[in-house]
Amino acid sequence: MDAIRTDDLTKYYGGTRGIEHISLTVGQGDFFGFIGPNGAGKSTFIRTLLGLIRPSSGQARIFGLNVGRDRVKILERVGYLPAEASFWPGMRVRDVLRLSAGLRRRDCQPEADRLCERLRLDPSRKVETLSLGNRKKAAIVCALQHEPELLILDEPTSGLDPLMQREFFDILRERSAQGATIFLSSHILSEVQRNCAHAAIIRDGSIIACGSVESLSRADARRVSVRGHVELDGLAGIRDLRRTPDGVDFLYGGDMRELLSALAKGDVRDLTVSEPELEEVFLHYYEEGGVRHDDL
Amino acid sequence: MTIFRHELRLGRTAFAVWTAAVASLLAVCVFLYPEMKSQMGAASRLFASMGRFTAAFGMDRLDFGTLIGFYAVECGSILGLGGAFFASLLGVSALAKEERGHTAEFLLTHPLSRARVVTAKLAAVLAQITAMNLILLGMALAAVRLIGEEFPWRELLLLHGAYYLLQLELAGICFGISAFLRRGGAGFGMGLAAVMYFLDLVANVTDKARFLKYITPFGYCDGADIIAAGRLDPALLIPGMLCAFGAVAAAYWQYETKDIQ
Repeated sequence: MDAIRTDDLTKYYGGTRGIEHISLTVGQGDFFGFIGPNGAGKSTFIRTLLGLIRPSSGQARIFGLNVGRDRVKILERVGYLPAEASFWPGMRVRDVLRLSAGLRRRDCQPEADRLCERLRLDPSRKVETLSLGNRKKAAIVCALQHEPELLILDEPTSGLDPLMQREFFDILRERSAQGATIFLSSHILSEVQRNCAHAAIIRDGSIIACGSVESLSRADARRVSVRGHVELDGLAGIRDLRRTPDGVDFLYGGDMRELLSALAKGDVRDLTVSEPELEEVFLHYYEEGGVRHDDL
Repeated sequence: MTIFRHELRLGRTAFAVWTAAVASLLAVCVFLYPEMKSQMGAASRLFASMGRFTAAFGMDRLDFGTLIGFYAVECGSILGLGGAFFASLLGVSALAKEERGHTAEFLLTHPLSRARVVTAKLAAVLAQITAMNLILLGMALAAVRLIGEEFPWRELLLLHGAYYLLQLELAGICFGISAFLRRGGAGFGMGLAAVMYFLDLVANVTDKARFLKYITPFGYCDGADIIAAGRLDPALLIPGMLCAFGAVAAAYWQYETKDIQ
């Protein structure tokens, strides 16, 4: 059974586009990255999965259950980390954690204590005195303390310092090894590339690429570095062109024969053609409009 | 029960402040009665010369020389306005405060049906209003005992009951509105309570505006009418209660279907 499955999921806010025709499958136990810049529709997609907003059309299922009709059953098995965590002023961290556990009718105290210790979070602090990073840590403990089968994380590392980011991903990898499914929404490509097995790229509310992170990184575009002189005028498919002191460096997504022909006519002392970083692929998709890679 | 307890905990400071303020004003007012009674001749002449102002507060139909007449006018205003403001604020913020404070996302991503959230919040509003009214009634009893007066049980209970129902009606209407708001509606709640109070004053001043008694819940809290009839007027009470029930039903419907931003 799939952990997440959406079919043609669409959400409009009045006449404004939220997400359009998103069909996506995340397998159980997967570590899935959901990549897109601000405003692309990542949070709308997540909020629809959680039943916070109702889709305009299409449907979404989590563990085979309908997100509208079976919302309560689904949320028993889900831990959610919002991009910006807000709590009620006057409460202490431990009160928030107890409230969250109480709402789940669970005793999560031992796991909450372990997580607080690992994340160096003082549970006696009042929430209004917490820094952005510590508020995030409190939200992380809320999302993880009941050991959910599915973790939905929206921009999880914003506000966390690098050490805490590393600790956080260590915890996620442990949970993943224990069988939890992790759905991580982020605009930080390196963290998706380092941690996720599969990923989808969303642009203007639509999925423009989806597949394994490895296959996405092997997209059509290549990073080309040339030492020497080459005439590139008239060559289609060049992006991110940078002149270097002894040559030129660019991302190439055009016809490889035309590139080889241009290189052959130039004065090339050295040539490197490599797979681009996911970040470069991401930019490529955003400039080109993207291709779906469901079968990759 | 978790949300219910959480709501009571969040609202405890406001509850304590409002209850202490209204209860102490009520007690002070009762303590003024013995002196007022001794100067009743001068006071009656003063009120008689105030024309429509006297009618607005029902003082033309009440005997200020009796404890219950005095209580209905002076303490009634405190109970009515203080209770109405508190109940309206409680109702109008019950659901809207979660979206305003961005805590709705936290609450509604836990395994709770939205109907359960609405029920728990409504129960917390009712519990706070009920607790406040019990404390106010206790304070009134104690104050009357302290000034050595006989307690006119039936009339006082009817008056307190009327104001309790007024608060429930306003809280119910504001609760319904709260489900439609995305930001705090404190101004709206206070404004609604104040407008309802002034509508009742206008209805008391002129017979042409008598119909306003059917709109404002202060209409069935008129001390002069309650003491004269020995009961609340169901013709005024029932429409108000139906409005409150309708608003609460609307809150359930709206919150169930609402997109949480």
